[in-house]
Amino acid sequence: MVDATPAPLVNPRAGQVALRWLLFAILALFALFYLMPLFVMITTSLKSLDEIRSGSLVALPVQVTFEAWRTAWSSACSGIQCEGLRPYFWNSVALTVPAVAVSTLIGAVNGYVIAQWKFRGANLIFSLMLFGCFIPFQVVLLPMARTLGFMGVAGTIPGLIFVHVIYGIGFTTLFFRNYYVTIPVELVKAAKVDGAGFFRIFWSIFMPLSLPIMMVTVIWQFTQIWNDFLFGVSFSQAGTQPVTVALNNIVNSTTGVKEYNVNMAAAIIAAFPTLFVYAVAGKYFIRGLTAGSVKG
Amino acid sequence: MAAWLERNVPRILLAPSFLAVLVFVYGFIAWTAWVSMTRSRLLPKYEIEGFIQYERLFAAPRWDTAMNNLFIFGALFIVVSMLLGLLLAILLDQKIRTEGALRTIYLYPMALSMIVTGTAWKWIMNPGLGIEAMVRGWGFDEFAFDWVIDPDMAIYAIVVAAVWQASGFVMALFLAGLRSVDEEIIRAARVDGIPTWSIYSAIIIPSMAPIFLSAFIVLAHLAIKSFDLVIALTGGGPGYATDLPATYMYAMAFSRGDIGQAASSAMVMMTVVFAIVVPYLYSELRAKRG
Repeated sequence: MVDATPAPLVNPRAGQVALRWLLFAILALFALFYLMPLFVMITTSLKSLDEIRSGSLVALPVQVTFEAWRTAWSSACSGIQCEGLRPYFWNSVALTVPAVAVSTLIGAVNGYVIAQWKFRGANLIFSLMLFGCFIPFQVVLLPMARTLGFMGVAGTIPGLIFVHVIYGIGFTTLFFRNYYVTIPVELVKAAKVDGAGFFRIFWSIFMPLSLPIMMVTVIWQFTQIWNDFLFGVSFSQAGTQPVTVALNNIVNSTTGVKEYNVNMAAAIIAAFPTLFVYAVAGKYFIRGLTAGSVKG
Repeated sequence: MAAWLERNVPRILLAPSFLAVLVFVYGFIAWTAWVSMTRSRLLPKYEIEGFIQYERLFAAPRWDTAMNNLFIFGALFIVVSMLLGLLLAILLDQKIRTEGALRTIYLYPMALSMIVTGTAWKWIMNPGLGIEAMVRGWGFDEFAFDWVIDPDMAIYAIVVAAVWQASGFVMALFLAGLRSVDEEIIRAARVDGIPTWSIYSAIIIPSMAPIFLSAFIVLAHLAIKSFDLVIALTGGGPGYATDLPATYMYAMAFSRGDIGQAASSAMVMMTVVFAIVVPYLYSELRAKRG
């Protein structure tokens, strides 16, 4: 609670109430600050270009039109291509889903091994992986571009999946390892005595316990990969770009009139999947953020 | 054979990831380090020539701008995000009934792509139609807010967008920290009649030192890697006014065909990151084992 500051002339209860109101006012103002861009994006996307030019940034649309959304989805131009965001949105889906699934699975197995089946050098391997999470990816861009070329997957979606899996393993392993170390080793010992092997213990004991950390990891990876721009712009070519790259190309397209409403609609479309996940599973998203930052 | 397999399953399963990290992280860093010592231009060359690329880099005015920008952007971004995050956390810590909803609102930008953030703020700060036009519409004809097109101010426009995106996350970190402070100590202080603000400044905040450190590390890391936001908001412009090391590296690697410069700038970026992160990680790992 907020303590009443010593103010003998004012009724302390009244002072407290006033402070409370001030507190709410400040919190509400900040809420406005964070919501304003989203509000502006939505309203702008529902206006016509004429209304945008004549009206105020924060005005509600007088005549709601979904024309900008249609254009953004299926016919907005980036350079000479005019196919909207749709094909690129599906590119992002096609690369995010397998990349998230594979990197999460690998992370689960790695975490299980490192936390519960310690062998000499396992900790060193974990430390090496942990440091790998922190490198600025610029330092691997050039050799990765060449490697993808050698592998014959340069500029393809499988190539991008590969890159995301490789550089996602560090974080997914970290998440699962930190979760599995909290499970007592005696559990594995007892199961071994009962004759259960490595995989049996993993499937029947660890997997059923793993739902929360699965959620955290999947959401973390999904957000990271869907929102990625650096790998997308470096390792894709015309036709295989993810949605973030396509959005940037549409917004910064130098040909034709600047269609701000289309840009905003496109931005919301690109942001929708991660915003949706945040809205329905924000708890796990926050847990991933704090775990990913505090611990690694 | 079966027994050997059984005993070595954990090792065998970890081996591919270990190899991948060895090659794609450490091997690639070594490759970049090597190439940064050569005369590589459009194609990599492998004859070591010494530090010529670094000499070129440090003599390049564009790199100079990029490093200056990183310093300005990084310092402001970290300090403002931390202050704002701490303020919001303390305000939210006053037993607010709508805390859950407010937290959700403060934190949602973190779920967005930097490209989306950049696109939104580029529109909001558009001089002809954004905030400037809006305030002029209210009758303030002289009002100017054209940071995105002003070479001297554009970097601050990026700070605004970056703080908007990351400060809610810092709030979440600090709020978790505030909640982990021992209730008993706070209650005892209250019983002794110590005013709320000094409970915060003398007891709670000092005990959160490790959280300040992690927030700093995360924000510094974000600042050095900042790339998407600049690309979407200003494209590095006007001119090179908002270039950061990451955009410099990208331009050298993919549009200028100057692999030597790209490699050496990437190595400098990594050095900066590691100078900040390694001592922290090292102490974390040691603390865990001890």
